[in-house]
Amino acid sequence: MAATEHSQERRIFAVVVDNEPGVLARVIGLFSGRGYNIESLTVAEIDPTGHLSRITVVTSGTLMVLEQIKAQLARLVPVHRVSDLSSEGPHIERELVLVKVVGGGPRRIEALRIADIFRARAVDSTHRSFVFEVTGSTEKIDAFIDLMRPLGLTDLARTGVVAIARGAEGM
Amino acid sequence: MTVRTMTGAEMIVKALVDQGVEAVFGYPGGAVLPIYDEIFKQNQLRHYLVRQEGGAVHAAEGYARSTGKVGVVLVTSGPGATNAVTGLTDALMDSVPVICLTGQVPTHLIGNDAFQEADTTGITRPCTKHNYLIRSPDDVAGTIHEAFYVARSGRPGPVVVDIPKDVQFATGAYKPPEEVKHRSYKPRTRPEPQAVERAVALIEKAKRPVIYIGGGVINSGPAACRVLRRLIEATGFPCTQTLMGLGAFPASHPQSIGMLGMHGLYEANLAMHGADLILAVGARFDDRVTGLLSGFAPNAKKVHIDIDPSSINKNVMVDVPVVADAGKAVDAIRRLWSSRGGRTDYRAVEKWWRQIAKWRQRDCLKYEQDDTVIKPQYALERLQAKIAGRDDVFVTTEVGQHQMWAAQFLRFERPNHWMTSGGLGTMGYGLPAAIGVQVAHPDALVIDVAGEASILMNIQELSTASQYRLPVKLFILNNQWMGMVRQWQELLHGERYSQSYPDSLPDFVRLAEAFGWTGLRAERPDEMDGLIDAMIAADGPVIADVRVAQKENCFPMIPSGKAHNEMILGGMEDPEAEIDAEGMVLV
Repeated sequence: MAATEHSQERRIFAVVVDNEPGVLARVIGLFSGRGYNIESLTVAEIDPTGHLSRITVVTSGTLMVLEQIKAQLARLVPVHRVSDLSSEGPHIERELVLVKVVGGGPRRIEALRIADIFRARAVDSTHRSFVFEVTGSTEKIDAFIDLMRPLGLTDLARTGVVAIARGAEGM
Repeated sequence: MTVRTMTGAEMIVKALVDQGVEAVFGYPGGAVLPIYDEIFKQNQLRHYLVRQEGGAVHAAEGYARSTGKVGVVLVTSGPGATNAVTGLTDALMDSVPVICLTGQVPTHLIGNDAFQEADTTGITRPCTKHNYLIRSPDDVAGTIHEAFYVARSGRPGPVVVDIPKDVQFATGAYKPPEEVKHRSYKPRTRPEPQAVERAVALIEKAKRPVIYIGGGVINSGPAACRVLRRLIEATGFPCTQTLMGLGAFPASHPQSIGMLGMHGLYEANLAMHGADLILAVGARFDDRVTGLLSGFAPNAKKVHIDIDPSSINKNVMVDVPVVADAGKAVDAIRRLWSSRGGRTDYRAVEKWWRQIAKWRQRDCLKYEQDDTVIKPQYALERLQAKIAGRDDVFVTTEVGQHQMWAAQFLRFERPNHWMTSGGLGTMGYGLPAAIGVQVAHPDALVIDVAGEASILMNIQELSTASQYRLPVKLFILNNQWMGMVRQWQELLHGERYSQSYPDSLPDFVRLAEAFGWTGLRAERPDEMDGLIDAMIAADGPVIADVRVAQKENCFPMIPSGKAHNEMILGGMEDPEAEIDAEGMVLV
């Protein structure tokens, strides 16, 4: 889908960085300092021997702003590579959520039934509660949360998006 | 090979010496005492004691910009580091290579709100190209060498190295500098052949071309300025310079059409507006240059050569981006263009020059000088007359009207001779920068063209110049107003002069004398030449207090929110360019 000059577009950037103190602050500071959006941001070490971490950041902006974000990320000294997954080809996008649902009776049964439809796993249960784990796209997780809300959802924690390109090519 | 163990402080000094550093600008304090102790014990590194850390960074900037080398600063933790922040931001905005070594509280106290502790790497992260906190003595030498590489390569910039006091005392292994191969930082310097080809094709066809050059050409080095000149002369195209680019192409060259931008020349701005090709070299389409973006060079194809990919398509969408070192890119373009026959549409370009000549005839810098009150323009014109033809004159400025007049009336024939705070617009830059320039060029004539308001922002540095017998000259255009603020209040805020009149200015002549400088004053136009002669002839530092017309405005001016073709010129009876609410919001 081609965006016009002024319309906002959502992008997922994968950023491979040196895992050193302050590197996340550099990336976040760049976004806040230049007024870019962060919809979600995840980070973890991916190569302990090479001390590399991968940051996945979901953002939105006009095409000009998105090009700036990529260039600004790439020029940070500890950044190895920046990949614009949304526009560089097909990619897989996943998020994980833990949802706590509290209640009994028919609501409890309904919660289990919906969890089954979403292929959620109950990773903790008591007589009054479940904790479900769901993995999927942001939309799927949003839908799951919406359905759980009236069934006693009390707490949730989501990871934010991680993403990777499809196919044999590495980053 | 035997590895010598040394203390962290010893290694710091050794690393600086091995990097070829000759001068360090700094101020001691608790967290850097071990380093100062090492400086005391040696004779290779000369340390210049400033009077406030902010002055140290500007001095290092002046040193760097007038030599092409890296400027070095040494300050203590906490307030030493925070005082350096303005200078670091200035160096970031103007791409000046500076290394700032900051002391830090001992490692085990970091995070404890210890005395003179500040989160220096946190505070300086957004205002440096990169920064480091050294945690082990074994990392001292390697980090400093890497810092130099980062500061001077690619788009140059300031780098902070924060060094806890315990690391300065601890012993470790010294590593000599070798070619740094950074894991992730690899700036691109060679242009893509395809981009070069597209640029050449546009040059061959252009009918109304303008070569728009900025500070990046100067950062690329004197060789870049030479190849650029060859391209400009071979094509016959007009060349305009940004504030930062003055000197990259000789001002007196017939193909120079002067500075462009908010206070740029009529002919330069109209040429940009009417161009069908803009070849931008090491310039970043800054808002002072473009004016209203939607009205900027509406019919021009734009080629943009910049070493920093993030400068491209930031403000203005360009047709041909060339990510490369300015010198290498221009050289590649010139070679390919020549090998394809060196063609231009010279008939069209000739016609274009005739149009530019008409704009020049407008004589946009015209002003009226009577025989009672000195006009600031006249003062600078006389200064220019007295320094013309000398190649050992360096000029720095503060920020404001005087800065713009200096850019308009002084003529720079070579790079690295003009030092001004462009991007950040830091009042108080000029005096410490002049000190840094004078340290690098002891026998040169170094003049800080100043305003009486700006100069007071770092006036304490008079003492530094006295201490090191640095004969810098302060040429103060004293109109007793914050002139640029006053001008904007007159034009944009209904002549409500809110807080722009600083009463109780010092007597600058007596102030000079108090610091061991010579103080001179001129109050009438016929005193100007004598004052300038005396200033230049003096062996030591001089404050020349030039009492100028109080309410002179700096023109031409592109009002905020307006395009290049909506410039206000001096002497216009009723400037049509009414500034609307949207324009007023802009700075």
